[in-house]
Amino acid sequence: MLGEGILKGLAETARNFFGSFVSKERLTTVQFPEERLPQPEAARNFPFLVYDGDDSQAGLRCVACQICEKECPPKCIFIQKSSDKKPDYIGKQQFYPAVFNIDVSVCMSCQICVEVCPFDAIEMDNAFELSTTDRFRGLLWSREQLAKPNSYFHNIHPATAAEVDERLAEAKARAEAKAKPTVAASTTSQPDSQTTTS
Amino acid sequence: MTETMDQIFVLLKHRILAHSPVSVQPIFSAALSAIAILVVFATLFALTTILERKGLGRFQNRYGPNRVGPFGLLQPLADGLKSLTKEDIVPHSADGVVHMLAPIVLVVAAFLGYAVLPLGRNMTAINLDAGLLYFFAASSVVELAIFMAGWSSRNKYSLLGAMRAIAQMISYEVPLILSTITAVMAAGSLSTGAIVESQTGYSGIWPHWFVFTPWGFAGFVLFMIAGIAESNRSPFDLPEGESEIIAGYFVEYSGFKFALFFLGEYIGMFAICGLAITLFLGGWAAPFSFLTWAPSYFWFFAKLLVLIAMLIWVRATLPRLRMDQLMNFAWKFMLPMALINLFAASTWHFTPPGAIRWIVGTILIAVPYLLLGRGLMQSNKLEKRTYRFAD
Ligand code: SF4
Ligand code: SF4
Repeated sequence: MLGEGILKGLAETARNFFGSFVSKERLTTVQFPEERLPQPEAARNFPFLVYDGDDSQAGLRCVACQICEKECPPKCIFIQKSSDKKPDYIGKQQFYPAVFNIDVSVCMSCQICVEVCPFDAIEMDNAFELSTTDRFRGLLWSREQLAKPNSYFHNIHPATAAEVDERLAEAKARAEAKAKPTVAASTTSQPDSQTTTS
Repeated sequence: MTETMDQIFVLLKHRILAHSPVSVQPIFSAALSAIAILVVFATLFALTTILERKGLGRFQNRYGPNRVGPFGLLQPLADGLKSLTKEDIVPHSADGVVHMLAPIVLVVAAFLGYAVLPLGRNMTAINLDAGLLYFFAASSVVELAIFMAGWSSRNKYSLLGAMRAIAQMISYEVPLILSTITAVMAAGSLSTGAIVESQTGYSGIWPHWFVFTPWGFAGFVLFMIAGIAESNRSPFDLPEGESEIIAGYFVEYSGFKFALFFLGEYIGMFAICGLAITLFLGGWAAPFSFLTWAPSYFWFFAKLLVLIAMLIWVRATLPRLRMDQLMNFAWKFMLPMALINLFAASTWHFTPPGAIRWIVGTILIAVPYLLLGRGLMQSNKLEKRTYRFAD
């Protein structure tokens, strides 16, 4: 009959209307700033620099090898190597980045910098509320802004962070094992490194 | 007490008028009514936009706007401020004068109809003897405004939208006016006031509204369908079909002019609803005889809000029609049904009151409806296509 479908449709929408007042499950909208869904673990946005320990600048894992700078497709990383060295997590003397900038307005979140970093020093963040009132300076992040503790990394990507930690611990153990039998070698290298740090 | 409450606005107007010289009283009286109508219906427009958005949200299992103010109730204010502060863009090759005039003409034309709507007992701004005729004459200017907007923008989409609007509005004006004639026949007058007066009686507690007769009900339904089409609302919003022609005839309008189009559209919709109330739903009459103590304007606005809610409900339910469906519906269903309804109404008047009148009246409408519906459905059946040459 003509008009039957219209009545059926009207009944359906009326059910929706009253149902939305009665049952909360119908309202699937997440009221964003107040309510948040947990982000999926693979969520990624822009890179950040991981540091160990308490000092966000001294503890940076980055050794300023500049591989990420070269590999970054849109060339949004800018690094200036330090002239001096400091010990890394194994205790080996390394350079560190005097300047490490990422222009996140250019970054395309490809994660290539993370993949190429041999020191697991750079990782992907999942923070997304990054609006600023200054679209030039405000989105050019310096070393200070990029540094985040390892615990934060564990927080946002637990599985990857655990894997990274394991790998780093393994490397450290290997380095120590290599260092032990050749004590003489390490002692000879000692004064060398001392001269560079001083 | 109830008498003063009922007439409070009329008395107030007389009180104000008493202070002005006799020579300017007629024009002053009209101005007072006009201001009242402008204020009341503009407020109703603001209220309706937020209620509609919230209601649509609930129909679709969403919350609707709930950010501005408590429960989002200040949203109309925010929208108004936004549209006021937006840049007013006139396309380079547009016809500037017509482009600017179109929204103004639309709003003025939409408001003109209210002059003859009885908003309460003795509350008709101008009680014309041919009020209904005036209403349709005034509301047909809306078509002109829409075509002005579409044509002057010099945009293909707006021209298409305007052409659709003209085709739709002229097609639906025929059943719209034909369906009102039943009420005119029953009341024996074109005056909106007299049409309401003829519905104010009660049998027992039941009112004598025209909608409670077979022809009145059919007329009301036909009138509302044609009215929705006339005010370009979903499911008849082809002239502004967002998914096909962006925004139709007002695609080139921004800022306050856009807001004026929005206002005009809603004001037109309220006017159509108000006329439906006047013609079929007893105007300002109370729905039951024991409720007559409430002021008459209260009943008018209560009915208006119910009709608006109905329209929102329909909008939330039905998808937009296709152009050929729209035209088929107007000429193959609405027009014959309106004519049959006219016949049923006249039969009703010439049969003596009683059960037989009801049976005859119902049959006269239901049988053609069923036959017409079946016929239309059959012709619409999709068949498997056979291709003669492709195989
Ligand atoms: S995520 Fe990609 S684009 Fe962004 S800094 Fe790393 S390499 Fe460059
Ligand atoms: S982040 Fe990694 S790849 Fe980039 S400079 Fe530092 S250590 Fe090298």
